[in-house]
Amino acid sequence: MSQFALEITDLKKTYDSDVVALKGINLSVKEGDFFALLGPNGAGKSSTIGIIASLVTKSAGKVKIFDIDTDKNFPEAKRLLGVVSQEINFNNFEKVFDIVTTQAGFYGIPLKDSKLKTELTLKRLGLWEKRNEQARTLSGGFKRRLMIAKALIHEPKLLILDEPTAGVDIELRREMWEFLKEINAQGTTIILTTHYLEEAEQLCKNIAIIDHGELVENTSMKDLLSRLDVQGFVLDIDQSLDQAPSIPDFPITLEDSTTLNVAIQKDQSINDLFDQLTSLGINVSSMRNESNRLEEMFIEMVKKS
Amino acid sequence: MKRRNEILVSLITLIRKEIKRYLRIWVQTLVPPAVTMSLYFVIFGSLIGPRIGTMDGLDYIQFMIPGLIMMSVITNSYANVVSSFYSVKFQKSIEELLVSPMPNWAILVGFIMGGVSRGVLIGCIVFCVSLFFYPSFTIVNPLLTISVLFLTAILFSLMGFINAIFADSFDDISIIPTFVLTPLIYLGGVFYSINILPDIWRNISMANPMLYVVNTFREGMLGVSDVSIPFALAMIVFFIVMLTSACLFLLHRGVGTRQ
Repeated sequence: MSQFALEITDLKKTYDSDVVALKGINLSVKEGDFFALLGPNGAGKSSTIGIIASLVTKSAGKVKIFDIDTDKNFPEAKRLLGVVSQEINFNNFEKVFDIVTTQAGFYGIPLKDSKLKTELTLKRLGLWEKRNEQARTLSGGFKRRLMIAKALIHEPKLLILDEPTAGVDIELRREMWEFLKEINAQGTTIILTTHYLEEAEQLCKNIAIIDHGELVENTSMKDLLSRLDVQGFVLDIDQSLDQAPSIPDFPITLEDSTTLNVAIQKDQSINDLFDQLTSLGINVSSMRNESNRLEEMFIEMVKKS
Repeated sequence: MKRRNEILVSLITLIRKEIKRYLRIWVQTLVPPAVTMSLYFVIFGSLIGPRIGTMDGLDYIQFMIPGLIMMSVITNSYANVVSSFYSVKFQKSIEELLVSPMPNWAILVGFIMGGVSRGVLIGCIVFCVSLFFYPSFTIVNPLLTISVLFLTAILFSLMGFINAIFADSFDDISIIPTFVLTPLIYLGGVFYSINILPDIWRNISMANPMLYVVNTFREGMLGVSDVSIPFALAMIVFFIVMLTSACLFLLHRGVGTRQ
């Protein structure tokens, strides 16, 4: 078996409207990886996923899923693949249980087995109590879980999730993170697209950034974050100030009278900053990152491209 | 062998889904044709029919029965597939099929079987209704009748499928049934024999494909027809082959289904 769950070679897509969505993407995702595919809206992420899942026809290039060329044996490749689309794609008037068993049937799983698998999957995703409800009555979060249940019913080895937590509240989002971590630990390779960069940072080992149909980055999350030159911090202080304190090499601005914003270079020590603030009689009561680290990096890269 | 079993299971799943869909909304799908056809039988058969007299030597209501059954089969087979396939496109649930290992031909057969089953079921319901108004009705050639019933349902299910592939809005799925199918059916010999028409209109009517379907079915049920049966059957089969090829080609190219 291949060490790669997914191999994309020189993938191109031009739509009928002459919009060039992909300009020749090369990408490999190792088996067992938790991989983030990021990019701004219209960058080409959904086109890439669409081609892998056969929802979009490619203009050129090659896609291999666990070494199976999709041009040569797409049915076999599809059996190894589960896809959670960005938009809801089930019949809202059908019952939750029926939606999942039908999806299993489309993968050739006989009704008796599919009922059993559906029960296990719905229980695993906390949907069992909702099994006899029409899908349209579910909340947004439960609909997302139903999408995941459908994608997992045939036990795929590669799971692709296109913005699975869009519009989901924080509690449910974290529950889904735990669930995805669990199935990844059990051996399922996961590719995730998301606009919540904190999500990618928390979950993913490797990352690719795509913009204007081209890959602008493809590396490990650790390597990417280590390249961050400047980090912004927000400091809450005990006393009220009229103007920002002046400390050489540390540009500080006053957000409000008790909150400071400070930019710290990669080679600077945060202890030096605290020492100098203390010497000015300013006590820091708490601190946090100004914004998500990956977000800063992402914006910088997309701007450059 | 394993692959063949998987395809069979997926095909049965799709057919079951399609049949459940129209049975779930039976008040919208099964009852209206029965009610509408009852009204036709009451008004044109029982009230106006005796004043018309005979048509091709048959009681008018008796002459009308095969035409009304065909009309129901054609409209319902077409409507089932066009609305079902367009709905899965509109709701994006077509992705459930496209991401699965189901081959295109199985997807096509699944939807067509849904349309055929509804068309045939409605045909049987209308025939049962007709027996209330004309209990002595006997079928002259059951084999031909059943063959034409199924072939017609297949033919118009395929047409509905192509309509749904090209449809971009709900308007697009009602234009063909309203402005093409219905006029052709009404002018296709459901209510009259083309022998009563002047020569020019009789000749024009011969270009109406519905005429062949309705008359072949009438030949099976009553033993009377305005057209050559071997020619009509050959044309129906020819168009089924052509439309099936067109559907498979469109699915393969992803027209209307893949971006």
